[in-house]
Amino acid sequence: MSPETLSVIDLHVSVEGKPILKGVNLTIRRGEIHALMGPNGSGKTTLGLAIMGHPRYEITRGRIELDGEDITQLEPHERARRGLFMAFQRPVAIPGVRLADFLRHAVSNVRNPARKEGEELIPMREFRKELKEKMDLLRMDAEFARRYVNDGFSGGEMKRAEILQMAMLRPKFAILDETDSGLDVDAVRLASQSIAEIGGRQMGLLIITHHERLLEHNPPDVTHVLLGGRIVETGGPELAERLHREGYDQLRQKYPEAAAEEAALAGQGKQ
Amino acid sequence: MPSLNLDTSFTDEGFHNVAFHRPQPNWLKELRQRAYRTFEDLPMPNRSMEEWRRTELRHFRLLQFQAWSPHPEQAPEIPSQLIPRLDTDGLIITLNGRKLESRLDPALGQQGVVLNCLEDSILNGWEELIRKHLFSILDWKYDKFAAMHAAFWTGGIFVYVPKDIRVNKPLLHVAALMPGQADVGHTLIILDEGAEATVVSETVSVDPSASSLYCGGIEIILRPGARLRYVNMQNWNQATFHFAHQKAVLAERASLEWTLGALGGRLAKVNQHLVLDGPESEGIVNGVMFAENRQHLAYHTLQHHRTPKTKSDLLYKGALQDQSHLVWRGMIRVEAGAVKADGYQRNDNLMLSQTARTDCIPGLEILADDVRCTHGATAGRVDEEEIFYCQTRGLTRREATRLVVTGFFQQVLDRITIDSVREALTDIIQHRVREYRG
Ligand SMILES: Nc1ncnc2c1ncn2[C@@H]1O[C@H](COP(=O)(O)OP(=O)(O)OP(=O)(O)O)[C@@H](O)[C@H]1O
Ligand SMILES: [Mg+2]
Repeated sequence: MSPETLSVIDLHVSVEGKPILKGVNLTIRRGEIHALMGPNGSGKTTLGLAIMGHPRYEITRGRIELDGEDITQLEPHERARRGLFMAFQRPVAIPGVRLADFLRHAVSNVRNPARKEGEELIPMREFRKELKEKMDLLRMDAEFARRYVNDGFSGGEMKRAEILQMAMLRPKFAILDETDSGLDVDAVRLASQSIAEIGGRQMGLLIITHHERLLEHNPPDVTHVLLGGRIVETGGPELAERLHREGYDQLRQKYPEAAAEEAALAGQGKQ
Repeated sequence: MPSLNLDTSFTDEGFHNVAFHRPQPNWLKELRQRAYRTFEDLPMPNRSMEEWRRTELRHFRLLQFQAWSPHPEQAPEIPSQLIPRLDTDGLIITLNGRKLESRLDPALGQQGVVLNCLEDSILNGWEELIRKHLFSILDWKYDKFAAMHAAFWTGGIFVYVPKDIRVNKPLLHVAALMPGQADVGHTLIILDEGAEATVVSETVSVDPSASSLYCGGIEIILRPGARLRYVNMQNWNQATFHFAHQKAVLAERASLEWTLGALGGRLAKVNQHLVLDGPESEGIVNGVMFAENRQHLAYHTLQHHRTPKTKSDLLYKGALQDQSHLVWRGMIRVEAGAVKADGYQRNDNLMLSQTARTDCIPGLEILADDVRCTHGATAGRVDEEEIFYCQTRGLTRREATRLVVTGFFQQVLDRITIDSVREALTDIIQHRVREYRG
């Protein structure tokens, strides 16, 4: 693959032996925005976590390439240091670790991929200044960075903290997993604008969303629809608009096989 | 003092050589003799005894240690974590329980503050006060090690702060041990009415891997309104045996912030006993425990409310790596009449391996009405999702583990009001945490 791309090639992913993704293909060039849509449980988060290297999401076939390099076997931190980022749908709390300390470690590693543990962190003054700038941009109170990572954060606060992390880490490619859910009306607007500003056209974005607003500010070049573990349709911004309007039922009728897989998976989940 | 080639082991002959070949008042000789008889009478603790049910002493060989030996001509290097970090008003270094050197801000000396060898202090004008308090609160008949300590103790340290005197910077005691030696030192701390001080005690092994023995006692006496911050950072090497009886008695309105670092030792068995003896006295207890390899750390705590409106708040946090074993047995006892007592105890442990073990057993014994007492204990594993989340932010697995473990301790570290102690504990823990591999 050409440089400056993130590619997912024939990706099959299982969780606890249960196949979730069944051959996903996707290529994002840096500077592009892709929307990933699909009903609940269709595997969107699974795809994101597999790209980031979550140990419980087992890749049984296919591969992930970043700038032409196969990164399927890399540790999650190596992927992050090569410029991958994911804003989590459900960010994880790390009690006792202040957001600022956490981010200082993160920034030090991502900006200096060869950094060994215990080596110098990014200078405090420089870090503080930048953190303050980014927090101002996101209209976050400075005190917020003193709180423990995602510990007791409201749903909206977590999502904002994820955007803050993205802003600080300046990845090449970012997966935003429902970063607009849980935010109030004003916050969605602010988040959408900030993402456009931070991501702009310097990053490649994979936006997972069930809402329109985020895509209004970040109009997708490409829209993918995931159903039953496969991408069943790929189109432009009009596809996203249509799905927002019509829902997924027409697609289910059009792709009965994928719909059957979806039903089977949902059935397994209930057992 | 015994000479070089005398037997100074924990035997009959050793006892006579250590305990009697030294200048001391008769009352002390008699105390030693009584204690020795008790030591002889009591069996070596074993697992049929309730307090030792989880603590295995089979590998402990009492006779391999020396209760006394002369100081080497050249003092060994002492790898203290705290000497370089702490800005102090006084420092005493002991080697094998006995004084090597000490200094105290002369201005404090003039105000009557004492930081010195306990044994010397008895001979240098403090006999009356020490006689009144030595083993006045610590029960030397409690078990074989308590009796052994009372019979064999030498050296030790004595801290006294007179009425209404405030010592601003910490007084630091560094206790170092040499291979094969025993530290049977006694610590006696007395704060007179309204006095304030910070006493920090750190234990270190001169050799990183040779076995030694600590069998000590600590008595802390706080008169009305006295305020003490006391830190006991047990950081012996992992071949050392540590048997400790520690007790503090607080008179009315006295307050104590008592921090315990449980880091070193092949085996540690500690009794920590807080007595709220006067109304409105208050004790905060912080425990920071980290065990690894085959370490066995057993801490038995008692928060004893004897009078009304007393408050105790204990938080022990432990992390366990490898095949280590951590025991915490807590008890809050509220006597009849200690109304409006407020007692809290909690122990949280974080398991960093499949093979580590922990027993945490809180307990309440409440004989008074109108009290508030709560307790809790948890043991959990490192959360893989937390590690993964850190990794997606560029942290290696080890760095992620370190961050998560440090975060786990933050709650108790935040309660420690001495910055350099907090930093030293954080560093020691971070240094020891290895990569978590479920
Ligand atoms: N860690 C896990 N353990 C068990 N099952 C899982 C796990 N992660 C995902 N699954 C299952 O995989 C399927 C896809 O889940 P995924 O979270 O990827 O869906 P999604 O498309 O992100 O849905 P949503 O829109 O609700 O966020 C679901 O059936 C889900 O239950
Ligand atoms: Mg999802």
